[in-house]
Amino acid sequence: MKTRRYLPIVPMLTLLVMLGPILAGLYGTFLPAFGHLPAAGLTGPSLQPFASVLGWAGLPRAAMLSVSTGLLATSVSLLIVVLLTAGWSGTRPFRAIERLLSPLLAVPHAAAAFGLAFLIAPSGWIARLLSPAITGWDRPPDLLILQDTYGFALTAGLIVKEVPFLLLITLSAMGQADAQRSAVVAQALGYGRVTGWLKTVFPRVYAQIRLPVYVVLAYAMSVVDMAVILGPNTPPTLSVQIVKLMSDPNLAMRLEGAAAAILQLGLVVGALLFWRIGEWALGVLGGRWIAVGSRGKMDVVAGGFGLGAGVICAVTVLLGLVVLAVWSFAGYWGFPDAMPEQLSFRNWARHSGGTMDALWETVVIAGVVTVAALILTIGSLEAEYRYGLRVSQRGLWLLYLPLLVPQTAFLPGLQTLMLSFGVDVGRVPVMIAHLVFVLPYVFLSLSDPFRAWDGRMGTIAAALGASPDRVLWRVRLPMLLRPVLTAAALGVAVSVGQYLPTLLIGGGRVETLTTEAVALASGGDRRAIGVYGLMQTAAALLPFALALAVPAIIWRNRRGLRHG
Amino acid sequence: MDKGLVLRDVVIRKAGVAMVSLSREIASGQVLTVMGPSGVGKSTLLAFITGTLVKDFSASGSVILDGHDITTTPAHQRRVGILFQDDLLFPHLSVAQNLSFGLIEGGSAAARRSVVEAALEEVGLAGFGSRDPATLSGGQKARVALMRMLLSEPCALLLDEPFSRLDTALRAQVRELVFARAKARALPVLMVTHDAEDARAAGGEIVTFAPS
Repeated sequence: MKTRRYLPIVPMLTLLVMLGPILAGLYGTFLPAFGHLPAAGLTGPSLQPFASVLGWAGLPRAAMLSVSTGLLATSVSLLIVVLLTAGWSGTRPFRAIERLLSPLLAVPHAAAAFGLAFLIAPSGWIARLLSPAITGWDRPPDLLILQDTYGFALTAGLIVKEVPFLLLITLSAMGQADAQRSAVVAQALGYGRVTGWLKTVFPRVYAQIRLPVYVVLAYAMSVVDMAVILGPNTPPTLSVQIVKLMSDPNLAMRLEGAAAAILQLGLVVGALLFWRIGEWALGVLGGRWIAVGSRGKMDVVAGGFGLGAGVICAVTVLLGLVVLAVWSFAGYWGFPDAMPEQLSFRNWARHSGGTMDALWETVVIAGVVTVAALILTIGSLEAEYRYGLRVSQRGLWLLYLPLLVPQTAFLPGLQTLMLSFGVDVGRVPVMIAHLVFVLPYVFLSLSDPFRAWDGRMGTIAAALGASPDRVLWRVRLPMLLRPVLTAAALGVAVSVGQYLPTLLIGGGRVETLTTEAVALASGGDRRAIGVYGLMQTAAALLPFALALAVPAIIWRNRRGLRHG
Repeated sequence: MDKGLVLRDVVIRKAGVAMVSLSREIASGQVLTVMGPSGVGKSTLLAFITGTLVKDFSASGSVILDGHDITTTPAHQRRVGILFQDDLLFPHLSVAQNLSFGLIEGGSAAARRSVVEAALEEVGLAGFGSRDPATLSGGQKARVALMRMLLSEPCALLLDEPFSRLDTALRAQVRELVFARAKARALPVLMVTHDAEDARAAGGEIVTFAPS
């Protein structure tokens, strides 16, 4: 039988697919960083590339921006999520936010960034709503709100997108931490809601969400699409500078780009170490705080901040989508009018050719990548089940590795490597690059429900004469239809949102909704951005709606699966 | 070729320490009851016989069913039926689909349908075929689970605390049904339980596992 021959190698194949491109990419970054790029007629080793990066006047500022936006965005997001969960979990407002979680998560980073920009810009919706009545402005004020020098707009954009992610993983960690009963015990001992939660539940929860928090930090430090839209220009963040260098037609610039990428990797590793030390210090201080026995006088303020900030994040993303929609239908819209003079489909009609091509490209890539990720994930989990393999803590680290290594460190190297081998850029390499990022998310999403499936169902089915393959296809997968579709929807959303892999590995020739939308950022055509941003969001969001609707329809007469 | 289930010098070890050690012959239509507190390896013994022992355990000895050594046969080819304390009906299939999942291969679609209908009738559930298993009562689920297993035509029957989830009134009724069907088909039965009433009703030899 076929399965029996191929199944044992699937876990290894999965690791190879996930880690191979990263290792190759880092290798391909290291060589040119030390002056070795035979394709451009250069042989190393030489320290010249590093010398030119260090000689760039913008470097201190660019590096500082990466570090400050990364650390600030991560710590503020984590603080909001912790206070929100501590003060409100189990209450009605919290459940309302929980329900919004999946759609908020699915909104691509670029669309969220554009939405935020259209809200807070000097000519944005907020300024329009307040003008001229409150502000007295009858033209957009000359303020540097977007792309501000210190990267505050970028940090804000990162926070509104990372809060839903951290909240989701916190919720799933709480299920395993017996949070409810600990909180009740703490309150019975006279502790305030927030203080009790922080002292009893948080230490256990944090131990479980540590890796995803590292992912957020590494991501926030090296994000490119959001930084192009919201970040400063002179100089830009280090990541954006790397992409500029790598896109230069002059091949020699790639050496400098590669050196900057190594520098970026070093910065991320350094920031992770710094964060780890911070964890340790907070642990010591927290231990003392617990020993003091204070019951929490600031609980109301802290809880209020958590809820307020959480609501602001959710509302910002949703209002951002609304303002994208308004712009996409807008005719003439002068400042400070709150709404455009006319609404029409003209913008949509004008861009229909471009959006349809980009949509097709997006769907093909996301579809193929997600199916591949599902096959590898289910194959690995099934092999684990059939052969009684165990996944160690180290295995979990491997799974998170593609999300921890900054994209800007290995993707440029992968592109350079492909160039040296004469591999053509294009759709298939882009798919392989997307798979590196889609696979961990699909695996993390599906592994818990897959492993939680009652193994006695398998024993019963086997005792009834069903072969292992029949058990998988006829019993296990149908029972797991909802988590499988949810994992698929997540995979599609991750693929749709990918900017850097599409841009660099596609050599600028693979045009998806995301690359097209981000490319519009510098032009400032808000109507076009509205159309592309909304299309991008829809492409990421619709699969989630399907993942909810399809099992509900197929299993409408099966009560046992309604909550499964 | 002797009919029946033979456990020959079966020893199951965890981390090198023997936790189960048993050698018995169960003739057709006979019941062997294994008793003992939870954690002594009763269910592990059943897992060894069904071929689903997890890697933490190592086992020696052999399982012989109707004269065939099935110790290394893949789980789905052993023809050993098992019932757990939960009905474990497949929640995505209707009652009839659950039964036809169990029914051995072969026969026309119409013939299979009528076998399934007859099976439902046999346990007083005629007309329940299209029902969602989640909508059945505990006793009805237990009866469907029993018939599903019998339709796969097993050569031996294992019972893993099969009645412990049922309330007292139902318990005696389902127990009687299971033992009667097993006897009618002349199946050797191995039952694991910690309920003395179950053991008495089974009427066969009782082996007690003591904690090691």
